[in-house]
Amino acid sequence: MFLKTKSALAALAASAAMTTTAFAGDLVINFDDLNPGPKQAFEDAIAQFKSENPDINVIVNNNDREAHKSAIRNFLTADAPDVTSWYPGNRMAPFVDAGLFEPVTDLWAENGFNDDLAAIKATMSRDGEIWGVPYSYYQWGVYYRSDIFDLLKIEEPKTWDDLLAACAPMKEAGVTPFTIGTKFLWTAAGVFDYINLRTNGYEVHNDLTAGKIKYTDPRIVKTMENWKTLIDECGFVDNHASMSWQDAIAPFANGDAAMYVMGNFSVDGYKNAGLTYEQIDFFQFPEITPGLPRAEEAPADAFFIPTNAKNKEDARKWLAFVARPDVQTKWNSTMGQLPINSKAEVGDDKFLKEGFATLSTATGLAQFYDRDAPAAMAKAGMEGFQKFMLDTSTMMEVLTRLDEVQEEVYK
Amino acid sequence: MAFTETRAGTQKTSWLAKNKLNIAPWLFLAPALLYFAIYVVVPIFESIWLSFYEWNGLYRADGTSTASWVGFENYVKLWDDPKFWISLKNNVLWLVLYMLAVPAGLFIALFLNQKTPGMRLYKSLFFFPFVISQVVVGLIFGWFYNPDFGVVGTIWKALYCEETVNILGNATFKCSRAAPDILSSPEFATYGIIAAGLWPQIAYCMILYLTGLNNVAADQIEAGRLDGAKGWKMLWYVVLPQLRPATFIAVVVTVIGALRSFDMIAIMTQGGPFGSTNVLAYYMFETAISEYGERYGYGSAIATVLFLIMLVYISYFLWRMYQDEKGAH
Repeated sequence: MFLKTKSALAALAASAAMTTTAFAGDLVINFDDLNPGPKQAFEDAIAQFKSENPDINVIVNNNDREAHKSAIRNFLTADAPDVTSWYPGNRMAPFVDAGLFEPVTDLWAENGFNDDLAAIKATMSRDGEIWGVPYSYYQWGVYYRSDIFDLLKIEEPKTWDDLLAACAPMKEAGVTPFTIGTKFLWTAAGVFDYINLRTNGYEVHNDLTAGKIKYTDPRIVKTMENWKTLIDECGFVDNHASMSWQDAIAPFANGDAAMYVMGNFSVDGYKNAGLTYEQIDFFQFPEITPGLPRAEEAPADAFFIPTNAKNKEDARKWLAFVARPDVQTKWNSTMGQLPINSKAEVGDDKFLKEGFATLSTATGLAQFYDRDAPAAMAKAGMEGFQKFMLDTSTMMEVLTRLDEVQEEVYK
Repeated sequence: MAFTETRAGTQKTSWLAKNKLNIAPWLFLAPALLYFAIYVVVPIFESIWLSFYEWNGLYRADGTSTASWVGFENYVKLWDDPKFWISLKNNVLWLVLYMLAVPAGLFIALFLNQKTPGMRLYKSLFFFPFVISQVVVGLIFGWFYNPDFGVVGTIWKALYCEETVNILGNATFKCSRAAPDILSSPEFATYGIIAAGLWPQIAYCMILYLTGLNNVAADQIEAGRLDGAKGWKMLWYVVLPQLRPATFIAVVVTVIGALRSFDMIAIMTQGGPFGSTNVLAYYMFETAISEYGERYGYGSAIATVLFLIMLVYISYFLWRMYQDEKGAH
């Protein structure tokens, strides 16, 4: 009974908070990025959509990302917009399972997205249906100080052995090979994902995050052993557990650390720390198991139609619009990310071009550990990774504990 | 007609007048009781009820809840959850170490209870940490402990590090021993946060004792002095007994403060490293409301356990207060 009262209260609160009320012919879009670049790109796209569809009255609610994450849990039921931004992978799973999103499989077929957006199709699907349309993603990989590499005469490592060999001269020169800030945990998951993708490949990543294989599985143990090798022979900066990913840029910018396993959004941070494009560069995370098909991390952002949307017809128009090659080209060059539509063009930027080369040739795209695994598993997993990084001798203890959590989460 | 009306009027007032003493307190209490019921009592029962469900906080499109009844399963899981026990252990640590605020506050109050010019200023300065928000205290202490740029890091660098230039010619430090990273160490992080929490709590206890000291009867001190009491004996046998009400309040607010420690943890470590600074209140937040939580049933079970622990303390204190009141009459 109280659950009902609660939902009524939530509805009341949500409707009071919304300043806009929808009428027929209105298209309400909830978006979740107030950062200057993405906000500009979104507003430009809205303007273009309006000029192409003058009969649709577009109403935009742009919210802070963290606020959106909690608000969506209420507004999908209480006061659904016609379109909302959200993330694919496991992040959309609770909403799909509760029947709060509308499948758009037919929209994909009508517009030829099955070919144009093929790379992302698997992660947009659940229970045999496709649930949204992505508009942007970005690559992960190793960002490095090319000036330090030049001084030490190191080439971009292609294989695991290259990478380990490159670390010795760095350490000799007093440079810590890797910087990282694990205070907020997820950065450690990026390193884990890459070592796991390179050691075992895409299938194992998916099976692990889907709870089909155990953490004490020999393949995952192998991943952790490789990680231990990386920590022992290369090493990460001290005090990483008390730094955010932004804090961890400081030793990188100062030249005390040479490499950073990160997503492309970090380039802005390097620039703000005073680094120029001549000082930094990018390489794909090196191959570990020879011959393994290369998969990459590429977290995507997408639009979804809530089941309770009032204007689904125009919502579908918007979804078709954001996937168009010309729209994705413009949108992503404004916000400095990569378009997903294979017919779109990439912005003129060194890192975007490298990113496009990396992702367009990858055999599989992972969404990142904390988006592929369910929330409770991701939290425990990332805490385990942090613990392991602070003390590698806890490896088996960590993995055993994660098995227990896994058993509970995926029952 | 006019006559009867007046009669009716006087009858009415006489009923009110008769019951005025009974009605008035309830009338004044009503708004507070109403809000207390809506925002405190009802949610308590809701949480307890919710702790028997497994629920990710979502409603279906038609507004029905996705919660499913699991009985005592959440409590069984809690029993086997190492993070729950770590949180409980940390709660006990908080409770014990936070008590240091009471004697520390007393001694600062005794020290400040002098008549010197400018004493008011010193008193306000000592009271200052209690006035600033816990979030600010957490931030300040977070910086204080920072091994790179904080006070701890700077002192450490002066002792154990030498400044050199790195490969690119930028200034950097080479340390013979790595600086202590208090908030990232599973052993010391909790103590670090408690120390930060003590700072405002001591100020709070100090102000309670300062007001208490104002009421200490001068003639009793005088009498004690004539009988040859001084120093510790004077404090223990003459002053402290008169400060009993202040001590009582100080202990109560400190216990409650320790049990609801949340802000500091959220600001300084978010329960980390790997959950080792969690307390029940923060663990509840993490499992239920945070980004990686969304397990409302389980979070409610944690909340219920915390509530029961608080209930024990608070009932005890209320009972003591009641006994004291009875004794006074």
